[in-house]
Amino acid sequence: MFVKNALCAATAISLITTAGSASAETITIATVNNGDMIRMQGLTDDFTAKTGHDVEWVTLEENVLRQRVTTDISTKGGAFDIMTIGMYETPIWGANGWLVALDNLSEDYDAADILPAMAGGLSHDGTLYAAPFYGESSMIMYRTDLMEKAGLEMPKDPTWTFVREAAAAMTDRDNEINGICLRGKAGWGEGGAFITAMSNSFGARWFDMDWNAQFDTEAWANTLKFFKGMMDESGPAGYATNGFNENLSLFQQGKCGMWIDATVAASFVTNPNDSTVADKVGFALAPDNGLGKRSNWLWAWALAIPAGTQKQDAAIQFIEWATSKDYIELVAANEGWANVPPGARISLYENPNYQAVPFAQMTLDSILSADPNNSTVEESPYVGVQFAAIPEFAGIATEVSQEFSAAYAGQQTVEKALSNAQALTNDAMEAAGYR
Amino acid sequence: MARSIAPRRKAINTLLAWSVGFLIFFPILWTILTSFKTEAAAIANPPVFIGFDWTLENYQAVMERSNYSRFLWNSIVIAGGSTVLGILIAIPAAWSMAFVPSKRTKDILLWMLSTKMLPAVGVLYPIYLLFIKFGMLDTKIGLMIVLMLINLPIIVWMLYTYFKEIPGEILEAARMDGATLREEVIYILTPMAIPGIASTLLLNVILAWNEAFWTLNLTAAKAAPLTAFIASYSSPEGLFYAKLSAASTMAIAPILILGWFSQKQLVSGLTFGAVK
Repeated sequence: MFVKNALCAATAISLITTAGSASAETITIATVNNGDMIRMQGLTDDFTAKTGHDVEWVTLEENVLRQRVTTDISTKGGAFDIMTIGMYETPIWGANGWLVALDNLSEDYDAADILPAMAGGLSHDGTLYAAPFYGESSMIMYRTDLMEKAGLEMPKDPTWTFVREAAAAMTDRDNEINGICLRGKAGWGEGGAFITAMSNSFGARWFDMDWNAQFDTEAWANTLKFFKGMMDESGPAGYATNGFNENLSLFQQGKCGMWIDATVAASFVTNPNDSTVADKVGFALAPDNGLGKRSNWLWAWALAIPAGTQKQDAAIQFIEWATSKDYIELVAANEGWANVPPGARISLYENPNYQAVPFAQMTLDSILSADPNNSTVEESPYVGVQFAAIPEFAGIATEVSQEFSAAYAGQQTVEKALSNAQALTNDAMEAAGYR
Repeated sequence: MARSIAPRRKAINTLLAWSVGFLIFFPILWTILTSFKTEAAAIANPPVFIGFDWTLENYQAVMERSNYSRFLWNSIVIAGGSTVLGILIAIPAAWSMAFVPSKRTKDILLWMLSTKMLPAVGVLYPIYLLFIKFGMLDTKIGLMIVLMLINLPIIVWMLYTYFKEIPGEILEAARMDGATLREEVIYILTPMAIPGIASTLLLNVILAWNEAFWTLNLTAAKAAPLTAFIASYSSPEGLFYAKLSAASTMAIAPILILGWFSQKQLVSGLTFGAVK
């Protein structure tokens, strides 16, 4: 009896000691302002209840966040314990040694369940540096009623030629209906991302294997001329300044026949509370041009831990919670399956509840058809579909997209925009030591 | 002798002034109106300015999601603290330049002002590294110091201009009566320059309240003021214009109210010495 009591007492003491050593922390997380992230903030109590850790959120606009976290991580400021970063930053920061490798996640987390395209884009040298919170590609969202009225049927995998013809047929200027709405806004993550993804399907690439700019090629000229021609015929007025939000607004008000953009937009345009055309939306893969590459991109917002954080254990616990299968179930229970963070886990697309969501399969097909390691028709030296994962890209691509936007707006010719892009890109690459 | 203005011209001038005033105020008015719309109504094209269903749902959503009172308190402390610090340094500096000028006084004033010509981002990394070194990242005291330094040239310039309007003979008389330097500044100069100091103070509070570069870059969760509160509702991927407008209205309301009640002091201070 004495031995039994002594063992019980020893066990109790050891449990108390263990619990005491895993003390509650307050972690600071920098994130972007979008629907999925705001939802996560609202559900943080579940994490606190399970782990005892508190969370403080710093929510910023995407571009402000990029500058803020880049400043902090490059100076080892330590202001954040977790950062929300994308597929562009992750491999670069991982290579710089700025992030904690996520190679020791728990067995319950099931890291093998992460979609390979996402895991590949968030890794450097095969090591995962950020866990995808949600992933996206791009696809066609179109008005089924207008397509029918035009006497056309959208194939599952249309070509650019079909899309241009359909856009012209759906355009009804008298009723303010534009056949197609696309991003023309300057910015590497806005119009720059779209035109780069589109150029892949036209056989263009940013650089050859010696890092020479390729804007003087026929493939780029064809891309830009096709885009401008189609948008002048069937796009909204002022499309050169339209980005995601502007096109979302037009589509929700019934003013676009087709919109090719992020797959996450599917939940917005099919939400009857916000969209006037919620029950008239169909989905198809982003177009191709018969060259073996489609014009869809690949992106993920992911959670990463900056090297040097003092709260690494709590940060890992949070990442395991926020990107887990259980979290998806939690969102589904609270907000419905259409609102769960998409594009990160294989198991989500095997779930019958999620398969019933109208855009689920097309989102998965789009994600699976984008390969960041082999995004161009001709061989290229960079990783990334709508970007090249090198530190200089964001600055160069912003300037290039400004040249393109000026051409869309008619301020200069397509030829002039391309020659300017060629010169500025080569200059920047030479200054950076690539050439 | 004052010129008489024809009633018609006066009416035109008044109309013109109101039109310009309305034009300047219009973006703020639009923001306030949008904050009472649904997100769907906020993106309507053409925009609807009056005939929409008014709602408080955006304010409710903002209050539920964000700790507004913490952001507000941080703004009050940072703007107020940087202003008090700045005034304490600027009054003696402006006094010495106004009443004991040297050959280099004008050069010093111009040099101080020239620091405003450097884009803030140019010194982001040095300042950030200093903040890390001294443990001042995400602290209110750190931001007070930075904002005080940023606005100090303007405060010194303004106070210098006001002090120059005060006759030096009054100060000389005080000295002859045995006033020390401290007494001269506190009991003679400062009371006479109250309108100027008040308007400088108010302007500095407004500048510090609205400063968005340093307050976003040097804070995280603890010391973030209302500028960070607004930034948290801006998004390039999602239509949250109505909520963003509600957050903006809540952020500008305190400073608008302060400006409204102190407009007399502000205008009289800013135009002090303009007519001789």
